[in-house]
Amino acid sequence: MADIGVLAARRPSGARRRAAGGHRGFGIAIGLIALVASAPLLVALSSLFADTGDVWPHLLQYVLPEALGNTLLLASGVALLTMLLGVSLAWFVATCEFPGRRFFNWALLLPMAMPGYVLGFALAAFFEYTGPVQGTWRRLFGDSAPFPDVGAAGASILTLGLVLYPYVYLITRQAFATQGVRALEVAQSCGLSPWRGFRRVALPMARPWIAAGTGLAIMECLADFGTVQLYNYTTFTTAIYRAWYGLFSLNSALQLSLVLVILVLCALLLERRFRGRAQFTAGGRVNPHRLRLSRGRRLAISCYCGAVLFIAFGLPASLIVGWSIDSFAAEFDARYWQFAANSLALASLAAATIGGVALLLAFATRYAPGRVNAALARVATLGYAIPGTVLAVGFFVPVAAASRWLNESPLVSGNGVIALQSGLTVVMLAYLARYLAVAHGPLDSALLRVRSSVEDAARGMGVAGLGLLRRVHLPILKPAIVTALLLVFVDVMKELPITLMTRPFGWDTLAVRVFQLTTEGEWERAALPALAIVLAGLVPVMLLSRRND
Amino acid sequence: MRLSPSVRPGSGLLLAAFLLAACSSDTPPADSGSGDTAAPAPQPVTVYSARAEQLIQPIFDAYTAATGVPVRYTTDSEQPLIQKLKAEGQTTPADLLLTVDAGNLWYAAEEGVLRPVTSTVLEENIPGYLQDPENQWFALSVRARTIVYDTRAVDPAELEGYAGLADDQWRGRLCLRTSAKVYNQSLVAMLIAELGEERTEEIVRGWVRNLATDVFPNDTKLIEAIEAGQCEVGIVNTYYFGRLQKENPDIPVAIFWPDGEAGGVHVNVSGAGVTRHAPNPEGAIALLEWMSQEEAQRLLGGENMEYPSNPEVAPDPLVAAWGDFTASTRNVAEAGLFQEQAVKLMDRAGYR
Repeated sequence: MADIGVLAARRPSGARRRAAGGHRGFGIAIGLIALVASAPLLVALSSLFADTGDVWPHLLQYVLPEALGNTLLLASGVALLTMLLGVSLAWFVATCEFPGRRFFNWALLLPMAMPGYVLGFALAAFFEYTGPVQGTWRRLFGDSAPFPDVGAAGASILTLGLVLYPYVYLITRQAFATQGVRALEVAQSCGLSPWRGFRRVALPMARPWIAAGTGLAIMECLADFGTVQLYNYTTFTTAIYRAWYGLFSLNSALQLSLVLVILVLCALLLERRFRGRAQFTAGGRVNPHRLRLSRGRRLAISCYCGAVLFIAFGLPASLIVGWSIDSFAAEFDARYWQFAANSLALASLAAATIGGVALLLAFATRYAPGRVNAALARVATLGYAIPGTVLAVGFFVPVAAASRWLNESPLVSGNGVIALQSGLTVVMLAYLARYLAVAHGPLDSALLRVRSSVEDAARGMGVAGLGLLRRVHLPILKPAIVTALLLVFVDVMKELPITLMTRPFGWDTLAVRVFQLTTEGEWERAALPALAIVLAGLVPVMLLSRRND
Repeated sequence: MRLSPSVRPGSGLLLAAFLLAACSSDTPPADSGSGDTAAPAPQPVTVYSARAEQLIQPIFDAYTAATGVPVRYTTDSEQPLIQKLKAEGQTTPADLLLTVDAGNLWYAAEEGVLRPVTSTVLEENIPGYLQDPENQWFALSVRARTIVYDTRAVDPAELEGYAGLADDQWRGRLCLRTSAKVYNQSLVAMLIAELGEERTEEIVRGWVRNLATDVFPNDTKLIEAIEAGQCEVGIVNTYYFGRLQKENPDIPVAIFWPDGEAGGVHVNVSGAGVTRHAPNPEGAIALLEWMSQEEAQRLLGGENMEYPSNPEVAPDPLVAAWGDFTASTRNVAEAGLFQEQAVKLMDRAGYR
């Protein structure tokens, strides 16, 4: 098969030329997806020439220098931490055998199900001055004994790193599981030790996956407001909120968001560099062989996985469970079933929709290559780095304008417009604008694995069109599709600003309930809906991970 | 090829959940147009609320019980709600905008999403300084932002007022909440209105000098820090203190009411206004008027331990036990007018 692939790749086959001509529709698809997904960006662009008075000079002098420095520190800290945790955990779980591996395989994804600000609140409640740790410390060593302080920067990096490492873990685990050991065996037969084999063979081969996962983590951390606000850490996002909520200047907030997007574009270009020109291919089958390690090492790995899981999930979850029990009688009522059903419905519908669109986009950029299409695909996935509230408004403005216009046009009755607004269309499109990147990341990097020579070979054997998709692509892409669905599902379960702004009447979710309570400072009472989010996220994590093992 | 069978169990479950949700949520908004056999059903009132659901739902339920008029509402933060109203324009379903903080109400009026309302009931029930000078919004509850202190470490005779907390004697003893919270922006805005920008900046710089630790993300954490001995005085909304006092009646923290120098105690409001393009303005005004009367005022104040905006209605006993205070009677709308100036001032003074 490899020989056929090489041959097919060397001469431009007829099939391929046909493919290039026959897929003009893909170009149109890319354009449409980019248009919908980048609507908030267009709104932000239209703010460029708006008069914002002296807001900018003020921000430049007093806010932005600190915000920019902090943001760069935060992004690089989170990138480093998520990469460190994500790659190491993925490597151990995918290629080593150690006690509890099957459990850690899915359990290490759990921190992802927890909203960052919930983890932040729980960790802060435990470690801050008024918490039990420092309380005990003062009792033991006296009131003036200095307690090691990680500061707002450290706390933000740590919290976001712990919430976001599963993105890297999930995506990279796939890469290691299917190529790690096999590549390593070759490395070993060339005389490399397992560690050097990991560093010199497996790690470089997993680059696009590591980059995709870390890219998502960076974008999510750039858009984060809830967590950094909790620690009073001034970042670009808090500056955006200050301009909008404090200085009443939505236009400055939109302009600042554009700057943020430009930062992200730079980061993405860096990633491209990082990925380089290398071709990455591998079979889609999980390799059953695992590395055999000494007893000591096996235990060390178990301890490491357990420690990460404890800090990122066990500890905060047990605090949340405690608060939930305390407030259960006051907080729980029959509406919770409805909240949960709404959350699950929105998240699963969004996962299916966005997964489908992302798949289409990934295929479209493959078959309709070219700079314009590649750029459009990039633009379509930038929404992930825009702070949620800004994106929600940026999306709502054109949608509302369109429905105002429809309302006045004689073609559509007013009821039709109201039906559109009160249906789930707007929510789903807004989710798409935000989370396309999340689904596109894993799919795009997985599609790199399908050698064009394989497609040519299949075509040569008479398999084409949908048959090709079904018989060649889907089997290879399956783990990535599962990853994409899972990521979108869990993200939407936690999502707040878009849900708040575009949900139809009566569509309150668990996350909305968390918002209602935290907005009045009732954090402990918000533990119950937060716990419900985690539990609801647990189900798909377990189901999909087990099948994926 | 194996994709569909192995993914289906999970997705089938989710799909089922979705269908369940879709069915169950379709039922409640029964179409009022279809039941025209009996007397016409009253037209519902639609509310956009930045006040949390658990604080407004009991009031709307009471209104529906009293009048038969259904109220439907959606909640969000105040700025997105104002932008939503702006974007929707004439197609908005909202009749009433309910929000917290006078600055936000002022901004909503400024952005043109509200309409003036002429109502003798509202004029009678709500004092002039608690409503928009052009009658576009009216306060529904009053929250006092005042000083709390550690009863173990502070003699209340030491305390003067907001400005006094800038004095050197409080070095290393003061706790503040973040300047990102609108309550602090409004407080500083009202100080600017009362004392002028220059004097206010001196005060804020003094506060920053006196901070015992980094600013807090919310009032509850601040009061807990005083309780734990991290600092000795702070500025908070009284209802946050009330909640902690309810949990622990022996909490070693007490309220101090400043007097005199800055025009009295800084008060802020939650309030509402009828939207410019309300499909049902009469219904909205009726609800607003009802909310200014005794039954609703008790609920509005009691639910969250705030003060009623109707001076004829007595506050909750637990709230009344904190003692009487002289509120600043400067129109609360000025909190909005000076907010931008206040935020810039706090940035300059290094109050984060």
